[in-house]
Amino acid sequence: MADISITGAPQSVDSIQSSYMAQVHRRRLYGGLTLLIFVVLMVSGFNVADDRNAGGFWDGLHQIGDYPADVLSEAWEKRADLPGLIAKYFPALIETINIAAVSTLIGALGGLFLSLLGTRGLAKWPRMIPVFRRISDIMRAVPEIVIALMLIFVLGGGPVPAMIAIAIHTAGALGKLFSEVSENADLKPVEGLASTGSNWSQRMLLGVMPQVAPNYISYALLRFEINIRASAILGFVGAGGLGYELRNAMAWGPGRFDEAGAIFILLFGTIVFFDQLSSHYRNRLTEGQGH
Amino acid sequence: MTADLSMTKQAADRLFQRKRLIGFGIPAVIAVYLVYIFFAFDLPGLAQRANLDNAVTLASDSWSHKVHVTRDNRSGDIRYAVEGERKGAYPEGQRPDWVSGDDIITIDLGADHIVRYLPDNRTEIDIPGFSLIEVQAEGRRLVSNLPEDLPNWISASERRIGIITPEGRITMTGARTEVFNYFPGWELFWFTLDSPYHGQSLGTILFGDRVVAERSNIAGALSDWWNNAMWRHKDVAWAIGETILMAFLGTMGAAILALPLAFLAAKRFSPFMLLRAATRRLFDFVRGVDALIWTVVLARAFGPGPLTGALAILITDTGTFGKIFSEALENVDEKQIEGVSSTGAKPLQRYRFGVIPQVVPVLLAQILYFLESNTRSATIIGAITGGGIGLMLTQAIQTQKDWEEVAYYIVLIVVMVMVMDWFSGWLRGKLIGRKE
Repeated sequence: MADISITGAPQSVDSIQSSYMAQVHRRRLYGGLTLLIFVVLMVSGFNVADDRNAGGFWDGLHQIGDYPADVLSEAWEKRADLPGLIAKYFPALIETINIAAVSTLIGALGGLFLSLLGTRGLAKWPRMIPVFRRISDIMRAVPEIVIALMLIFVLGGGPVPAMIAIAIHTAGALGKLFSEVSENADLKPVEGLASTGSNWSQRMLLGVMPQVAPNYISYALLRFEINIRASAILGFVGAGGLGYELRNAMAWGPGRFDEAGAIFILLFGTIVFFDQLSSHYRNRLTEGQGH
Repeated sequence: MTADLSMTKQAADRLFQRKRLIGFGIPAVIAVYLVYIFFAFDLPGLAQRANLDNAVTLASDSWSHKVHVTRDNRSGDIRYAVEGERKGAYPEGQRPDWVSGDDIITIDLGADHIVRYLPDNRTEIDIPGFSLIEVQAEGRRLVSNLPEDLPNWISASERRIGIITPEGRITMTGARTEVFNYFPGWELFWFTLDSPYHGQSLGTILFGDRVVAERSNIAGALSDWWNNAMWRHKDVAWAIGETILMAFLGTMGAAILALPLAFLAAKRFSPFMLLRAATRRLFDFVRGVDALIWTVVLARAFGPGPLTGALAILITDTGTFGKIFSEALENVDEKQIEGVSSTGAKPLQRYRFGVIPQVVPVLLAQILYFLESNTRSATIIGAITGGGIGLMLTQAIQTQKDWEEVAYYIVLIVVMVMVMDWFSGWLRGKLIGRKE
């Protein structure tokens, strides 16, 4: 008996060890292969992108600093004009911020309805849940620029096309995030309200909203941050605001770089300011949650 | 006791009052803001600026196509072309079957709307319910028998006459006479008119005899479709590839750059306060400059193209990833690191086996989410920097006539984003398991 146990134990340890090592080897092999494929994809992708670019990567690398240096040095030479230029472009900045704010507001409202109508347990028409989910998927998938360009063709340039375009995308994106929150909402208050004979909108307003409001507002603030960037970019394709001014200033080229510089400064300052502001409020809203 | 109660009641009343104030105040502020926007964005003036004709053209052209029958009034030549483009021209000796006659060209637009091109630059237009219209082009002028008071579907001047009917449009100037006949569907989507496979049924191409003796049907048809000059399927495929490439290179490059930097920015792993603060400010800076400005700056150095877009995404997202990663790194559990170091692991091994396994799921989830979101950004950046499907879309919209191509690109973009969304979700499920 003793012999068997003595000879048996090392064998089983050996077999455990060898099977463990085999597993480790296999995992290393798979990991290595994945890494290899990834590296090959990155390198070949880089080469393809480099080939199809007008200028090469290695030629352009040492020129990266040239343009910012030109702009900044010219802006610095004419620094006396800078406050004037900033004042000149301030209305455009306000327009950019307004586009972002209104589209976030409208988008959040749309996202609210999409999420409530697309969440199990809360939906007014449970059979329509997949429909509302698909609607919000499609609204999310359409890039803002597509809608903006079409609307610019129909409505002419200006802030309205950008506002509608961003609002549509925001509604889809927030619809998804909101419904993730409302899926976790406690249904007891809703049942309680239902037992008192309240209708759907009362149940949502009084039973669900108080639970989810902090998270909703926090997501909406995050979206506002993103939308400021989006509204600046859409301006660049003709939808008004600071981006539009930037494109014009750039088209003038050297000699007017101070204007481009002033716009860069305004845009950078605005983005950083609203980033900080919204992250401050988001931290306060979600404080004490999740931990 | 009663005093206490009335105090509590007062406090409760105050609370209710405040809540009521907020309950009415916030919607009121929003309403005031929207009124301000109503005037700041000049919504009342929008109705005048809006061009409803454009909207109608956009809506009808996106699902239909037109065939032009054009007579050059100087040479007398007649050309037949889909969308009036040379790529869509009918080969010599061929013409649509709704056109007939040799000396007198009769164009049957349908529903008894008939246009006749007579010799000597005369044109007759027969529209039911309206008298026969006769137009004679003399040099740069037009002479017609149109009455003084015209219905609103006819516009006429000495130089130009335009007639819009439900069946088609007719435009006449001194130099040429044009008839547009509208048909539903995307024209020549598979093959252009010069391809031998145009008009062949799918069965013939797949199973029938060889249409062209030298090539097998399937290979020939595929290559003719791929090189279709009208719809440029090859260029479109490349453009979509470029857009996805921009998103992929940008996202992955940013993740690779951001990971080591995130260690420098995390309080846990970076003992030097200055270095930490510097890295964080760097993250804030590249994020704050925003993809738009990076695109503009980089396009000056690298020229337009996908590489510029990829680098713009890379730089912006390095900041975002750096911030997210360093937050994830600060939240790692100390116990696992202790456990690993108790086995005598060196610092690098502690990171590899104590830290990385904890943060990888968070990082992967973020990277994959950004991959999808960056596909959308890459479309927009491509429109600015000149690469990918975004550029093709802006070009098609700016020419303001190929709305069916615009519709095609939009469908492709939406499908592309949804596929990337599905793919990143699938990969996330494979790599780190589903939530719940």
